[in-house]
Amino acid sequence: MNTTNENERSELESLLPWHAAGTLSAREAQSVETALARDPELKRRYELVRGELAQTIHLNETLGAPSARVMTELFAKIDAEPKRHAAPSLNIGVRIAEFFGALSPRTLAWSAGAAALAIVLQAAVIGGIALKEQSAGYQTASVAGAASGDGSYALVRFRPQATAADITRFLETNKLSVAGGPAAGGLYRVRIAETKLPKAERDQRIQSLQSDDIIGFIAPTE
Amino acid sequence: MRATSDEVLIGRIAQGDRLAMQVLFARHHLRVYRFVLRMVRNEATAEDLISEVFLDVWRQADKFEGRAAVSTWLLSIARFKALSALRRRGEEALDDEKAAAIEDHADDPEVTLAKKDKGAVLRQCLTRLSAEHREIIDLVYYHEKSVEEVAGIVGIPEATVKTRMFYARKKLSELLKEQGIDRGWP
Repeated sequence: MNTTNENERSELESLLPWHAAGTLSAREAQSVETALARDPELKRRYELVRGELAQTIHLNETLGAPSARVMTELFAKIDAEPKRHAAPSLNIGVRIAEFFGALSPRTLAWSAGAAALAIVLQAAVIGGIALKEQSAGYQTASVAGAASGDGSYALVRFRPQATAADITRFLETNKLSVAGGPAAGGLYRVRIAETKLPKAERDQRIQSLQSDDIIGFIAPTE
Repeated sequence: MRATSDEVLIGRIAQGDRLAMQVLFARHHLRVYRFVLRMVRNEATAEDLISEVFLDVWRQADKFEGRAAVSTWLLSIARFKALSALRRRGEEALDDEKAAAIEDHADDPEVTLAKKDKGAVLRQCLTRLSAEHREIIDLVYYHEKSVEEVAGIVGIPEATVKTRMFYARKKLSELLKEQGIDRGWP
């Protein structure tokens, strides 16, 4: 590999953490994707990054939450602050946002309808996939698995670049079904096995799924 | 879909809307708390600091210019508060070696168990990184901040963000190697 290629690889490699987190621009993400497709060593290093990402999320999510006293004390302090006079905001961004917020429901209906349609279509694609995976009858996503306690599950976030076709292919290939979501952060609860797998087997299964390009984050869940 | 954007909430808070403040707090306090906790490593201090962060938001909402996301602004304030608290505690002198020694639970049964689980070892090593390295790893991986946003929060050039991330990951590899896991990188 010549110097130019080395420099290019080095630059692209430095972007891998942001690629894994899904915070690169579309152009940068495409450059990284192209490089990953042709460079097995870069691909191997990307897997290391994805492992770091998963464990960093895991670590932070186990940090717990602040106690209720924080909110109580904060608002006690706020209430003790001098009362301020309402004045129109000078910030143009806020004013624009407030403007749209103030439009009548009818005015907003068309634009909101278009946005809602997009969301519904996306949900329908994933929901459709979920239902297709059910053997018979109809179950809501939230009911499936939740009540029975059967099966093994993982929390999954698909990478932003993943298309509906990619997700369909991934779920079908791996015989998975969507059991819930999306929750905050675009996380889906996905059933990875019909039965409750032993921990080692479940972890192995998740590790195998993690290697797929469309997975941004995956971790075991109940 | 969120009914009210963070920017709109800040606009309302600037006008003294207490309810908007409650919504903003509910939406962001957990992540801000975890960010601060990872810096100060003391739950009571972290709780005091997030209260200060949101009180600052209440007082300074009219100065928010919308050049960065509200979550980025919150983390910037939180970082400043956490660093000030650490200075007050005299912990700025902690170097990597001392920090690693504090976090080194070599005889901890949890570590023995962790060695059987690569993910757990990785998490253990993440806790042993220096404050500077923990911070950048968290901002990129957990808080999902772009290169530009990290640069804004930490107050360093974008090129330095990438370099610092590289060295944080390199250090992580070294710590993993000490635990018997050779990643073959860098």
